[in-house]
Amino acid sequence: MAGIQFDGVTKRYPDGTEAVKKMDLSVEDGEFMILVGPSGCGKSTALRMIAGLEDISDGELRIGENAVNDLAPKDRDIAMVFQNYALYPHMTVRDNMGFALKLAKVDKAEIDKKVEAAAETLDLTQHLDRKPANLSGGQRQRVAMGRAIVRDPAAFLMDEPLSNLDAKLRVQMRTEVSRLQQSLGTTTVYVTHDQTEAMTLGDRVAVMRGGALQQVATPKELYADPVNLFVAGFIGSPAMNFFSAEAENGKVRLPMGEVDLPQDLSGASGKLIAGIRPEDFEDADLVGEHRGSGFEFEAPIEQLESMGSEIYAYFKHEGEAASSDELSELAADIGGGDLPSDAHGRAVARLDPASEVRQGEKARLWLDPARIHLFDPESGHSLRTREKEPA
Amino acid sequence: MQRGTREYTLWSIGLLIVVLFALVPVLWLLMLSFKTPDTVSDGSFIPNAWTLENYTGLFEGGFESPLLRPLINSIVIALVATTIAIALASFTAYAIARLDFPGKGAILGGALAIAMFPPISTVGPLFDMWRTLGLYDTYAGLIIPYLTFALPLAIYTLVAFFREIPWDLEQAAQVDGATPLQAFRKVILPLAAPGVFTAAILVFIFAWNDFVFAISLTSSDASRTVPAALAFFTGESTFTSPTGNIAAAAMLVTIPIIIFVLIFQRRIVAGLTSGAVKG
Repeated sequence: MAGIQFDGVTKRYPDGTEAVKKMDLSVEDGEFMILVGPSGCGKSTALRMIAGLEDISDGELRIGENAVNDLAPKDRDIAMVFQNYALYPHMTVRDNMGFALKLAKVDKAEIDKKVEAAAETLDLTQHLDRKPANLSGGQRQRVAMGRAIVRDPAAFLMDEPLSNLDAKLRVQMRTEVSRLQQSLGTTTVYVTHDQTEAMTLGDRVAVMRGGALQQVATPKELYADPVNLFVAGFIGSPAMNFFSAEAENGKVRLPMGEVDLPQDLSGASGKLIAGIRPEDFEDADLVGEHRGSGFEFEAPIEQLESMGSEIYAYFKHEGEAASSDELSELAADIGGGDLPSDAHGRAVARLDPASEVRQGEKARLWLDPARIHLFDPESGHSLRTREKEPA
Repeated sequence: MQRGTREYTLWSIGLLIVVLFALVPVLWLLMLSFKTPDTVSDGSFIPNAWTLENYTGLFEGGFESPLLRPLINSIVIALVATTIAIALASFTAYAIARLDFPGKGAILGGALAIAMFPPISTVGPLFDMWRTLGLYDTYAGLIIPYLTFALPLAIYTLVAFFREIPWDLEQAAQVDGATPLQAFRKVILPLAAPGVFTAAILVFIFAWNDFVFAISLTSSDASRTVPAALAFFTGESTFTSPTGNIAAAAMLVTIPIIIFVLIFQRRIVAGLTSGAVKG
């Protein structure tokens, strides 16, 4: 086992485009690190550089104490789970899982023992002599995991390993992956574009965009304290609402009205972008004792989506839509209409299922000013000055 | 259902016509090979007098017989040409399918150009060169020209197959600790087996059937292959034509091809790579 260090690692293609730009990242020994970002952000390239499947153009990559820039994949002592599993179709499950050990000239009895132990953990024992073609998607996925764990490598690399599974199986395997990583305690780097996976699995999450790291933090910190518009909009579902805002004298003017800023943002001034997560709104009638501490406003409800445990209420607000280059890039990055606060002046609130707001009618909503995020429209940086926990 | 049945019938009739068209001449040849010399031209499909003499005659006298040496020559030359062609072509095709290197287009283009080249136009120069180099009437003298034509064929076939194999598999093998050669031998090649055998059959048939080079670049039983040897058959006397013998030899020449195809077609199973990727 070992940690993995990126030290100014850059991947430059012959045509000059940079897939990964001067990446500095330190994955601790035994840590579960998630690389997340929209497609094309360089996360898979970064992972493949650890595996040795992509050359490193610049910088140094260390696994444990050793620089591995020039080592072949086979000499790096890492195991990788591929997005499409990449099982050897002409080998049985047993041979698939034992292939690496066989290449390492481990003796037959030892291989059998390890493969069977891994099969036991992954509930594959009765499938050991079948070929991958005769397995279900979930079973193939487990074989791919098994192929990695029998080796007891320095690190696991996983490239969107769950993205080919159906929704239910994905949730199940997510728990499985998490349990496995915890029991093995092996350093793991896991690539995904799914922010739910990122938030639930990782010890820490590295958000990437356009080849550059945006923020590396625990899921909780990432959610509560995004450093910029991109991270704010990318993490969380439904995504954070963005409004154009103007701050002055400890107050901020939002499309819904003027709101007192919390202590740590009271110094803000000028034209800004305000971000409010859907759950920081509530049906004013259901807030209870905190009602006085928040800000109430009236808004026409355009659409309601009831999820059972919660209700998403899409409401219209006056005021122009928040506009920023950063924001439009973000929208493009995560697939257009995914941002609720698009150009149509709409926002989404997550309400308690007991709420009685109606579609097409006006409703009184409440928002928690302490949870407002403010961003510089030029740079996209968060204005929050709250002290960061040491990473 | 109605439409299904009709389609089925039409297909069957169509296939039957094709099969008859292909097999009747072979059957006719088979029957001819069992006829005695004096009934050869009697015009009946089924021999009136059956005989095996046409076959036994081919091998009378052991190595001095008209067919034994050429048959051995044919088998050795075709097998060697096939083996070399497949070995070289699988490396070449793999490089073309996987790597980007300068001159890749030129190699593919060159291979195609050679495949298009009419063999007959090379025979004259080859004849002269081979006599100077001492390759005339040797095994190598036939294997080399066969390779030049078989390689493009094999390369094209194999490139198509290699391209179908997910690259991830090879990378998985590398991460699993395989050297590039091990990954190729233990993962890629077994998966490309249908392609390898397809290419092998094509090359073997090409080498086995060739007449132009065989007749021009050989002068004796030392290296003359069966198609060429057939042309040198003589009757029992100057006035009898060796029709029966030629028919019998033609049948014998077909048999190795059939065996070769039957052996390898079992390996040409579609969907060998299924289950490799995706869920």
